Amino acid sequence: MTVQSNSGGGLPPLLELSGVSKSFGGIAALKDVDFTLNTGEIHGLVGENGAGKSTTMKIIAGVYPDYEGEMRVEGTRVHFRSARDALAAGIGMVHQELSTIPDLTVAENVFLGHQPLTKFRTVDWARINQEAARLISSLGLDIDPKIRMGSLPVGLQQLVELSRVLFSGARIIILDEPTSALSPPEVKRLFDVLRKIKADGRGIIFISHFLDDVLEISDTVTVFRNGRKVATEAAATLNKDAVISHMIGRGSIGMHMGESAELTGDDAKPVVLAAEAIGDGKLLRDVSLKLRAGEITGVYGFMGCGQIELARALFGKIRLKRGRLVLNGSPKAFKSTAAARGQGIAFVPENRRMMLFRTEPVYKNISIAILDRIHRFFLKPKSERAIAGDRAADLQIRPPNTNMMLGSLSGGNQQKVALAKWLTHLPKVLILSEPTRGMDVGAKEDVIRIVKDLRDKGVAILVLSTEPETILTLADRVSVLRKGSVAKEFNSGTIHKADLLAAA
Amino acid sequence: MNAPDIQKTGQLTGLLKDQLRNIAPVFTLLALVIFFTVASSSFFTMVNFMNILSQISITAIIAVGLTYVILTAEIDLSVAAVANAIGITIAYFTLQPDYVNIANLPLPGIIAIALTLLSALAFGLVTAFGVTWIGIPSFIMTLAIMQIANGVSALLVRGQIAYSYPDLITMLGSGSIFGIRWTIIVAIIFLGVGHLVLTYTRFGRYIYMTGGNREAAEYSGVNVKFIIGAVMVISAMCSGIAGMLAVAYFGSAQQNQFDSYLLDAIAAVVVGGTSLFGGRGGIGNTIIGLLVLGVLNNGLDHVQIDSFLKILIRGLILLTALIINVYAQKLKETE
Repeated sequence: MTVQSNSGGGLPPLLELSGVSKSFGGIAALKDVDFTLNTGEIHGLVGENGAGKSTTMKIIAGVYPDYEGEMRVEGTRVHFRSARDALAAGIGMVHQELSTIPDLTVAENVFLGHQPLTKFRTVDWARINQEAARLISSLGLDIDPKIRMGSLPVGLQQLVELSRVLFSGARIIILDEPTSALSPPEVKRLFDVLRKIKADGRGIIFISHFLDDVLEISDTVTVFRNGRKVATEAAATLNKDAVISHMIGRGSIGMHMGESAELTGDDAKPVVLAAEAIGDGKLLRDVSLKLRAGEITGVYGFMGCGQIELARALFGKIRLKRGRLVLNGSPKAFKSTAAARGQGIAFVPENRRMMLFRTEPVYKNISIAILDRIHRFFLKPKSERAIAGDRAADLQIRPPNTNMMLGSLSGGNQQKVALAKWLTHLPKVLILSEPTRGMDVGAKEDVIRIVKDLRDKGVAILVLSTEPETILTLADRVSVLRKGSVAKEFNSGTIHKADLLAAA
Repeated sequence: MNAPDIQKTGQLTGLLKDQLRNIAPVFTLLALVIFFTVASSSFFTMVNFMNILSQISITAIIAVGLTYVILTAEIDLSVAAVANAIGITIAYFTLQPDYVNIANLPLPGIIAIALTLLSALAFGLVTAFGVTWIGIPSFIMTLAIMQIANGVSALLVRGQIAYSYPDLITMLGSGSIFGIRWTIIVAIIFLGVGHLVLTYTRFGRYIYMTGGNREAAEYSGVNVKFIIGAVMVISAMCSGIAGMLAVAYFGSAQQNQFDSYLLDAIAAVVVGGTSLFGGRGGIGNTIIGLLVLGVLNNGLDHVQIDSFLKILIRGLILLTALIINVYAQKLKETE
């Protein structure tokens, strides 16, 4: 059982889970989890994607009413049926994606959904602005409550959202990845605010991939792995390596595929596409990369680290605010995706829906990127179908009938179609965002084989992923992105999952 | 029922779902034709058939361009206003009879036609620029262009009426050959070329793909902005040419004479079953839609019916078509 820690004077802990389990369609997502949050405590929560952090938080916040085990708030047994129940019991959550409304004022955002009314049933603006000003300054912040939310930087917007949760009376506050979009001074300001809240006698659950941040702010750290809680320790007694070894269970299980990799970056190979200090003025701050012919460059980073923007910047989908691209030695600015395609750049985005036409037959999905190679003006249905059929056979797309509606294929086969459209005329550069996410093992192996095959044919490949396994399985060299910049590069030698996690 | 049977019925319902947007308008057309044939002896005759074709010919030319626009999931509300402005422009470049009090700029016919076509092109380019480059939603942008085109019409005729056009326009707009009006032939050519381009060219495929999933088209390296700009220009050109022929067809060029054409053209495209959400439909659908509207408008004149009720009935038919259109889209998405 968990150690009943310093709950001074025998007061029950603010929040207590015991023996909580949850499964989805027979697959256990959470197994027998105990968790305790004390008054005036910041409790860090870490673990890989899918380790059970979010499931636990969603149970606490009332999103999943169906679970086994027991939850107590200040000693009282509770079982929330909805997020509203949880909120009423004093549990508030700030999500990674802000739910503020940019076109309303700061004060309106703070009072969203429960504006105080005057006796004439109109909105009491004077009170809204006064109260909001008071609340915000009590957090040690200096924000004019009457300015438009959207004009604030993200860090301040997040603090406004936090003050909304505080205003709603929450005593247990869950923060999901609060620092992922913040610059170092913004993180510092957030931490100052969190310390104030904590001193106020509330409890905070701090979920993050950024281990340095977790270790700095937390009093206690809990680590999840594979749906189980594997450790709860005082932050003071932990360091980053210790946390990582808890997260991936080093030594306990044998080496899996994707636990480590031998990098074979070869600087003699010609650079095809180079990004030189590029940024989009938003999440992508300053990235330099060299993609070489016949090599797979992996880019690893957490959600929101700028990967998505990096891929789009290279494919001409978003404009660069700084830096430049150099293709085969000459500077290039892609004005559109069509221009990038014309220069031999191919892109498969992380979400298949973005790439595919669900209600069109498979062959049209495959031929769309090469129609101009078949004929300048007219369609040539015969060669179009023949080419599509060849690609479907190459990639073993099932069923092999290219007249089928795309939407009726399985996810793995849809992903193959997304790849197939680029393979009739080999691209110079192939950018793959999350190429194996959400695929079953067989399809995953097929895609890995196809990608490695393309590399061996001399294509410069960029693989971006938030899953270390994907990167380690595919990459010949790895860059780790952190908050829009390259934090670390690995070019040769053996690299372990822990190295990636530590660098990000 | 054994397994193959179940599969067969499954396929059949699947096909029906898939084709609902194509089948429903054909049935509507057949029902209307049967109804009017029974209700009136003067309806189902060759003469009346040619009448119907002639009545829908101008709308048809406008509807070709509009079909392109709607297939990309955009809209063009300026078609009638542009047709009006371009119809007036051709008159402005033609010598008018003495009793027409318009300060105009008479030019030789062929130059007048060329300049007028350039004006139509200019309307299209401005719309395309606003929609693709600046990023104004086409609904708003074409609303503004509608107003601008109306303004151009007003300035050019200043409340007057013009009657003369270049010979070529007069012939195509009001003449006939072998007893068939030229406007019908022009409309058939436009519909035919429109269909061929949509079905057999790369540009046509890009239009469908852009309408089907704009993001996917962009990520496949299709120049989506160019496609959308191009359909806007095509729509303005079709409207302009329709406008030139129509003033000759009407016999006069004046303000506000195209007011009913915006609704008719949109109705023809949508009643025919082209999806307002883009990517589905085509010229074939538009032809059926044009015939439904043509038969309805013409047929109501052949039966004893309150002429005010006519307007209401047209509205109800349009509403029904819209319901089927949206319903067919939902069926498609839930598949």
